[in-house]
Amino acid sequence: MAQLNEGDQIPGLKVTPDKYLPHRYAGASGDFNPIHIDPEFAKAVGLPNTILHGLYMMGLTARAATEAAGGDPRSLKRLSVQFRGMGAPETEIEVTGTVKAVEDGKATIDVVAAQGDNQTIRNAEAEVQL
Amino acid sequence: MAIKTEAVGKEWPATTYEVGKEKIREYATVVGLDNPVHLDREAAKAAGYRDVVAPPMFCVVYSAPALGPAMFDPEVGMNFAAMVHGGQEFVWGEPACSGDEITTTASCQEIYEKDGKGFYVFETVSVNQDGDEVVRGTWTNIVRGV
Repeated sequence: MAQLNEGDQIPGLKVTPDKYLPHRYAGASGDFNPIHIDPEFAKAVGLPNTILHGLYMMGLTARAATEAAGGDPRSLKRLSVQFRGMGAPETEIEVTGTVKAVEDGKATIDVVAAQGDNQTIRNAEAEVQL
Repeated sequence: MAIKTEAVGKEWPATTYEVGKEKIREYATVVGLDNPVHLDREAAKAAGYRDVVAPPMFCVVYSAPALGPAMFDPEVGMNFAAMVHGGQEFVWGEPACSGDEITTTASCQEIYEKDGKGFYVFETVSVNQDGDEVVRGTWTNIVRGV
């Protein structure tokens, strides 16, 4: 059983998605929106280049929260996120989190996913069973 | 121009998805999950699962197909060129395992205007073959300049 206390930093994670990660995520998820896989299309709609799927980064925050609770996928009960900055491939993503509350065997964790100063996921809250 | 809100409360036809072991492996690998309960049948059973278990966020794979017709419905009338996925919430219940048949129904919860932006909030509810709720999703799309 994982031990989490109010104020703890969770271990978090760091990952650098390679150039073709959005293609693999598109295949795995079924989301083939061309803004994620086609640079010409992305630029034509005003983006600097292809961008990461928001739900891929949410997947990383789910992974960090689940691992903080001991790794059993059943422990993640709720995850709520806001997508703000756009994520870019070939740039390191860091997921960090702070335990906000522990009550009745459940912990609430505030989570952020960022590439440098660009917070791609913020105001994220995970609820895990301990 | 006022935002169209007549689609609030509308529900779209359900979709059914059968969860498969290799699809779970594909998803788990992409997000870097190496917990054997997602990859190995024996490890999953030893941990108390019926079969290889999907990572929680695998729910996008089986619930998104129900959402497609809702998002593209002319009655909703979202301008895709100016749309971003603004927020997302999932609340999980019974785990989804390989072999499960999951049925998802999408509905429109809210449409409103704030600071010149349109907010379109959809809900998906997914249940398994036993009628147990697997996940409930709240999908918020934001359209600039409505």
